Amino acid sequence: MIRVEHLVKQYGDVKAVSDISFTVAEAEIFAFLGPNGAGKTTTIKMLTTLLRPTAGRVEVDGLDVTAHPDEVRRRFGIVFQDSSTDDELSAYDNMDLHGRLYRMPRGPRAKRIEFLLNLFELWDRRRDSVKQFSGGMKRRLEIARSFLHTPKILFLDEPTLGLDPQTRNLLWSHVQKLNDMERITVFLTTHYMEEAERVAHRIGIIDHGRIVAQGTVSELKARTGTDSLERAFLALTGTTIREEAPAPQLGRIRRWRRRQ
Amino acid sequence: MNTVYVLWLRQMKRISRSRFRLAASLSQPLLFLVAFGLGFGQIFQRAGQGSYIQFFAPGLIVMPIMFLGLFSGADMMWDRRFGFLKMTLVAPVSRLALLMGRTAGGATVSILGGLLLALATAIVGFRPAGLAASALGLAFMLLTACLFTAWGMALASAMEDFQAYQLFINYMAMPMFYLSGAFFPLNFVPKPLRILALFNPFAYAVDGMRASLGGAAAHFSITTDLGVLAGLSALFILLGARLFARIQV
Ligand SMILES: Nc1ncnc2c1ncn2[C@@H]1O[C@H](COP(=O)(O)OP(=O)(O)OP(=O)(O)O)[C@@H](O)[C@H]1O
Ligand SMILES: [Mg+2]
Repeated sequence: MIRVEHLVKQYGDVKAVSDISFTVAEAEIFAFLGPNGAGKTTTIKMLTTLLRPTAGRVEVDGLDVTAHPDEVRRRFGIVFQDSSTDDELSAYDNMDLHGRLYRMPRGPRAKRIEFLLNLFELWDRRRDSVKQFSGGMKRRLEIARSFLHTPKILFLDEPTLGLDPQTRNLLWSHVQKLNDMERITVFLTTHYMEEAERVAHRIGIIDHGRIVAQGTVSELKARTGTDSLERAFLALTGTTIREEAPAPQLGRIRRWRRRQ
Repeated sequence: MNTVYVLWLRQMKRISRSRFRLAASLSQPLLFLVAFGLGFGQIFQRAGQGSYIQFFAPGLIVMPIMFLGLFSGADMMWDRRFGFLKMTLVAPVSRLALLMGRTAGGATVSILGGLLLALATAIVGFRPAGLAASALGLAFMLLTACLFTAWGMALASAMEDFQAYQLFINYMAMPMFYLSGAFFPLNFVPKPLRILALFNPFAYAVDGMRASLGGAAAHFSITTDLGVLAGLSALFILLGARLFARIQV
């Protein structure tokens, strides 16, 4: 469903993504993990036509992203890492505007909006303007919106950021259900390893713009000789730090300072 | 076309957000209307130039249209900053249509400002030259709105710094307004000023309004005014489209 070949993104002299390649199969849930600044969001922006790659190729549903951006756009839904709602409008109007942009006919549009707002427990607040929403409600609205036009692929960039455990649980159940029922392909990022462990069929780990490991959770555990994804993740992304500085603590501090 | 309508619709749903901007952009021309129209008018009349309100009002009506149009790019910068722009950029619609929708929404708000001001001028005694004249005047308001909204959008697509944008617009719009002949007949001013007016897009809007709605003789000519405004509108739409197409978020 997604094929990425030798993808590169250079910002000035920062190489945010350097030569990554991977594929995501249809109906697969793929978790793209990595420390802060690893290049996850940059990769998603290139996969979703927002950023032009410096080099390399991206194919979504068999279509080249640079050559057929509109065809590709029709096929995916996205939850951005940061908010993208119109806070002046009501929750319903935000959904409706989105549905209209994707040319959904009136009847099915209204039906699906009602279904999704109910699913994410926002129906009772549909007339309130979004600026009155809590952070978690806004997030739920964005997630509901990304499902609206029944996309074949869903990009979720840290969708559970700032959500309480109940809502996170709810979200992942819905994602799994839709993946199961509608065979939606899901490309997600998260910093909660237990979430990835729970929902992802396959994992890709990126660090400093390079993919350092790919495989199922058990493959990654086996490869690193650890018993949880979190430990495997630390083992994998920790290795690269140790190559830079002998003491892991020192390396981590340096990396933290570089990001400030 | 659907996209244009959707974005226009959104602007209309948010129009209460523009309330403050609308009020702010009306306050200055209203002040002018009272200070110059009522105060200064006597002198003008005594100098044998007829009613100053009749002369002054048509140019004043397009003043909020210019300002609101130029400032409508601010909405886009806001959307860029707060993420809504991204949502529209990943939708399967052309960037040109997105820009046109935003321009249509901004132009509608600015025309609303012009209409409100027209109402105010009517209250202090301005009378349009007739029905056909009013229709032509409306066409000029429309063109003026198109031109300056497209201009504002082009600027907003090219700039990322909100404050710089605001400053830039103020420094650009003020001289355009004062040197346009809105206050004085261009026929009577020294040659350098008249030549300057030739390069002032707003001067054509004022002249067109005065010649149509006001029923006065044109300084340029109605067709020149129409041509210049339409030509520049097209130019800024094209320029804006190019700049907007290049936005990466
Ligand atoms: N517009 C930009 N201009 C310059 N550098 C950028 C830009 N956007 C991102 N970067 C840099 O690219 C690198 C990757 O950033 P990216 O946002 O993709 O990281 P991420 O993996 O999503 O991190 P996080 O987990 O913090 O969201 C970082 O070093 C970042 O500073
Ligand atoms: Mg990110």
